[in-house]
Amino acid sequence: MDEVSNTIEAIFRRESGRIIATLIRIAGSFDVAEEAMQEAFTAALTTWPEKGLPQNPAAWITAVAHRRLIDHSRRERTRREKQEPLIYETPTAHQPEAEVQLDADEMEYPDDRLRLIFTCCHPAINPDAQIALTLRTLGGLTTPEIARAFLLPEPTLAQRLVRAKRKIAEARIPYEVPPREKISERLQAVQSVIYLIFNEGYAATTGDGLIRRELCAEAIRLARTLCQLLPGEPENLGLLALMLLHDSRRDARTDEQGRLIVLDEQDRSLWDKERIREGQKLVSRALGMRRPGPYQLQAAIAAVHSHAETAVETDWGEIAALYRELLRISSSPVVALNYAVAVAMSEGLEAGLELVEQAGESGELRDYHLFHAARADLLRRLGRKTDAASAYGQALRLATNGVEKEFLRRRLEELGRE
Amino acid sequence: MRYMLLIYTKEDEMARNSDQQRQEIMQGHFKVMEETRAKGILEAAEPLSRTNTATTIRLQNGKPLIIDGPFAETREQLAGYYILDCKDLDEAIGYASRIPTSCGGTCGCIEIRTLPGLPSAVPTNEAEAVTSRNG
Repeated sequence: MDEVSNTIEAIFRRESGRIIATLIRIAGSFDVAEEAMQEAFTAALTTWPEKGLPQNPAAWITAVAHRRLIDHSRRERTRREKQEPLIYETPTAHQPEAEVQLDADEMEYPDDRLRLIFTCCHPAINPDAQIALTLRTLGGLTTPEIARAFLLPEPTLAQRLVRAKRKIAEARIPYEVPPREKISERLQAVQSVIYLIFNEGYAATTGDGLIRRELCAEAIRLARTLCQLLPGEPENLGLLALMLLHDSRRDARTDEQGRLIVLDEQDRSLWDKERIREGQKLVSRALGMRRPGPYQLQAAIAAVHSHAETAVETDWGEIAALYRELLRISSSPVVALNYAVAVAMSEGLEAGLELVEQAGESGELRDYHLFHAARADLLRRLGRKTDAASAYGQALRLATNGVEKEFLRRRLEELGRE
Repeated sequence: MRYMLLIYTKEDEMARNSDQQRQEIMQGHFKVMEETRAKGILEAAEPLSRTNTATTIRLQNGKPLIIDGPFAETREQLAGYYILDCKDLDEAIGYASRIPTSCGGTCGCIEIRTLPGLPSAVPTNEAEAVTSRNG
C-alpha cells in the first residue's frame, strides 16, 4: 500500500501538470478539471493496490478523470436547462456527450501545457497570482506547500488562487497559445514568472530549506518544458541555462551554519559539474541563434564564472563586455551597477568605483542594499576604511534578508580589526 | 462574452485639445466602430457629457439626496464607453488598445469589465429537463 501511494505521489508530481492541462481544455474550467483529476487519483489509491499498476499510469488517470468530466457535464447540462449558464465554459464543455473518444491524441495534445502556462501567466492576472497558479497547476505543488515557500498564511494563498481562477472564468481569459505577433511579448511574462519562482527558491533566506530547493527544481522543470515546447526561442534556452548555472553553485553558497559565502570565496569543487556542463551547452546553442536577449546574456555571464576554476582566473574583461551588451539592450541601474563591478575587476578599482557612483546618481539605487554593499567592497579594496565602513553600515540598514545581514555584519567587523 | 470598455480621460486636458487632435481622436473611434460593426460585435458606443453636468442621487434616511456633480472627484473621469461582444478577453484587449483616450496618449485609460447578463427566470417545464437527460 505504502509503495503504491509513493508511486502515486511520484506520478502526481511528474505528470499532474500535463494531465490537468488536458483536462482544463476539455472541461473549459480549472475547478472542474482539478476536481476530476483529484477524483481520479483517489480512485487510483483503491484500484491500483488491487489490480496492480496500469501500464501507463498517466493515461489511466487522464481516462478516469475524463469519464468524471463527462458525468459532470451531463449533470451540468441537466442543471443548465433549468438555469442559464452564468459561468464561462468553452464550446467543448457543451458537447462531451457527443461520444468523446479517449484516443491517444486527446491525452497527449502537445499544446495543452503551453496553453496552460500562457493562461496562468496572462498579464490580466495579478503577478503574485500568476506565480501561485503556475505552481499549483503546472507544478503540481499543493496550496500549503506554496504558502510555505512564500511565507504566506495558507488562507491568503488559497484566496489568491480562487480569485485568479474566478477572473479566468468570468473575464474569459482565453485558454490558448497567443497568436504569433503576440507570442514574444507574452513569452516574456511566462519567462519572468518562472524566473521569479527560481529566485524565490534561490534567495538565501532562512526558513524551510527543502521547499526552497523544490521551488528551484520546479522552475528548472518548467523552463525545460518551455524549451521542449518552443525550442526555437533562444531566450527560453537562456533562461534555463541561467537557472542551471546559478543552481550549480547552491551547495557552495552557504557554510554549515547557513552563512553566505560570496562567489570569489566559494569552494568551487562543490559546484555541480553536471548542471554547469548543461548550462554552458545551452548558452552556446542559444547564442548561436544570433538573437541575444537578457536571459541569454546573464546566462553567458554565469557561464564565464563557471569556466574559472579559481576566482582569480575569472575572465572579468569578458564579463564586463557582456554586461555592456546587456546594458545596451535592457538598461537598468542594477545592470549598470553590475557592469561597474565587472569594470572594477577587469580595468581597475578606481575606474569601477567611478562607474558605481555614476550608477547611483539617478537615486534609484539609494535604497538598494547591494548598491551600498558593492560600493563598500570597492572602497575596502581601495583601503578607504572609513568610507567603506559607512557604506557597509548603509547596506546593513537596508538589507532585510537575515543571511545577507549576517554577511555584512561580518565584513564590518573584519574592517574594524584590520 | 459581452464586454464594457470604459474610457477614462482627464476632462480638462481634453478641453485643451486642438481641433486637429479632436479630429484624430474621432477618426480613431470611427475606425474601431466601423470594424466592430462590420464584424457584428458592436452593441453600443457613445461619449458621455462632462462630469460638471452630472447629478448624483444617494438615498439618505430613505430619501433621495440630490447632489450636483459626479459620485466622486477622481483624477481621471469616465468619458465614454463601448459594449462589444468579444470571443474572449484578448479580443477585448485588442480593441481597447486601439481606442483613443482623448488625451493624446498622455493620460487616460480603458477599463474592461464583463457584462454577465441578468440571471433569467427558472424555467417551469421540468419535463423538458428530464427528457433531455434521458435523451
